[in-house]
Amino acid sequence: MIELENVHHDYGDHKVLGGISLTLAEPRIAIVGANGSGKSTLARLLNGLLLPTSGRVRVDGLDTKKDGKAIRRKVGFVFQDPDIQIIMPTVAEDLDFGLKRHGLTRERRAAKVTAALLEHGLDQHRDHPAHLLSGGQKQLLAIAAVLITDPTHLVFDEPTTLLDLPNRHRVTRLITGLTQQVVLVTHDLDLAATADRVIVLDHGTVFADGPPARSIDAYVALHTA
Amino acid sequence: MRSKDIALVALFAAIMVVLGLVPLIELPLVPAPFTAQTLGVMLAGSILGARRGGLAILLFVVLVVIGLPVLPGGRGGIGVILGPTGGFVLAYPVGAFVTGLITEWLWRRYNLAAALLANAVGGALVLYVIGVPWMSVSAGLPLGKAITGSVVFLPGDLAKVIIASLTAVTVRRAYPLVKPA
Amino acid sequence: MLSLYHEARSPVHRSPAGAKLAVLLAVGTGLFFVRSIAALGAVLLVVALCYAVAKVPARVGLRQLRPVLPVLIAIVIAQLVLTGWVTAVLVGQRVLVLVALANLVTLTTRTSAMIDTVEAVLRPLRPLGVRPERVGLLVALTIRFVPVLKEQADQVRAAHRARGLRGTRFLTPLLIKTLRLADGLGSAIEARGGPD
Repeated sequence: MIELENVHHDYGDHKVLGGISLTLAEPRIAIVGANGSGKSTLARLLNGLLLPTSGRVRVDGLDTKKDGKAIRRKVGFVFQDPDIQIIMPTVAEDLDFGLKRHGLTRERRAAKVTAALLEHGLDQHRDHPAHLLSGGQKQLLAIAAVLITDPTHLVFDEPTTLLDLPNRHRVTRLITGLTQQVVLVTHDLDLAATADRVIVLDHGTVFADGPPARSIDAYVALHTA
Repeated sequence: MRSKDIALVALFAAIMVVLGLVPLIELPLVPAPFTAQTLGVMLAGSILGARRGGLAILLFVVLVVIGLPVLPGGRGGIGVILGPTGGFVLAYPVGAFVTGLITEWLWRRYNLAAALLANAVGGALVLYVIGVPWMSVSAGLPLGKAITGSVVFLPGDLAKVIIASLTAVTVRRAYPLVKPA
Repeated sequence: MLSLYHEARSPVHRSPAGAKLAVLLAVGTGLFFVRSIAALGAVLLVVALCYAVAKVPARVGLRQLRPVLPVLIAIVIAQLVLTGWVTAVLVGQRVLVLVALANLVTLTTRTSAMIDTVEAVLRPLRPLGVRPERVGLLVALTIRFVPVLKEQADQVRAAHRARGLRGTRFLTPLLIKTLRLADGLGSAIEARGGPD
């Protein structure tokens, strides 16, 4: 469970989030909003990549201000652009990166990497340079490299925005099949509609919050006026 | 070092490699001391400051030493370092560090003049002070002759000091990163 | 990819990287005490023999030497004019031995083994605040991002050409893109468990 208590966030004089309180307990939650509504900032607060200017964010009782490192182990984060998220030169090395930081033995790591390569259809590319993968494969690798460390929560920051239609379907299928708690920040309303709860952000505050159909209608109405 | 600093250091080492791959001005290929990469030395110091800038270029030298073909013309390996022009390559991190140091001192009133000073001292003078005696020893040339021989590279280096300084001043306006001393 | 390693099975390939580097250092120092053309000629022959043992084809060895040739020729000519032909030949031989031997180490040692050696060499510096395992991570990150930045450089240059701009003005947008990329990459490293 992720809890936000009266969270404010500013970049200098620029207020991004103004007093957000939420209890995120549903298995699948989508956050939608226009560009600049504060949703990417909100996503980065959930695993302590950003700390609130005031207020509190807690994950399973741990405070992001105190236990950032432990929280980032629990909360996997998938960025919009896989090109910044893939940080090692080859596919297998990148899958291994996070595992190394979890103190697993070499054999255990090798087994997990092989399993992940097979599961995500990347086994042909084990030792290939990551930059030679297609856009869709890069996003799959980025997601696989997060899943391999067994997080209990996952935050996706616009995971389908840069993808073409077939890859969008593929990644959507992958995300909807996950058993972990998922928080999706997205522009993709089809993807948002698959969630249990949809939160609409507008100018740094919660504009609507509830079942997908109702929230999405409110969001569409907000921006068609 | 924070993760952000690690990213900056690695990315500027990568910029050094890219500068070796991208012909800056379409000129026929010229040997080692006259490369676009000294521009990278100056920019690393001017934009990242002494510590991070020096480390970025040191990382680049590590890439050369471990045998990656990152110098212009796909050269690399310890052979280059031990060869006559190796002193210039070894001087790169020192040059970036000195450029950064002067930049930090002058950060509060940083302008084109300050940038020119920092880049001329760190990105040219330091490289000559280390590279030329190295060449003299490695090639068994009397120091005086090695110095005369290096004069040909001065106009090119002067041009690079000016390019680096103009760039550094513009980048600072968009993205100030250095912490003033 | 970004490597000069030449794959083959040979005793030279199997030797530990640290040992090869130590030999290189010893030979590099020792060379300055040899002042006979015949002796240095013999050393050159030994180096050539090492290439044969390492199963590095002459073609590959010479390709690595070629970039050094202009400098080598310039030095030999300078020596010829300044000091006479004996020194000119000696200096030429010395540079050739050193560069050829160093290239052989590069050609027969994997990048990963070199990184391990660099980490080992740096280990005694730990009390000074040097973090050897960081070096491995930094090298990997650089190798990963060279193609990414090369692509960005090409894009920025193409955009400039399309607007009729020439020269080095593409540097500023490239650097600003790089600094922005560093923000994202820093977050990504942090999100994925930090630098260590």
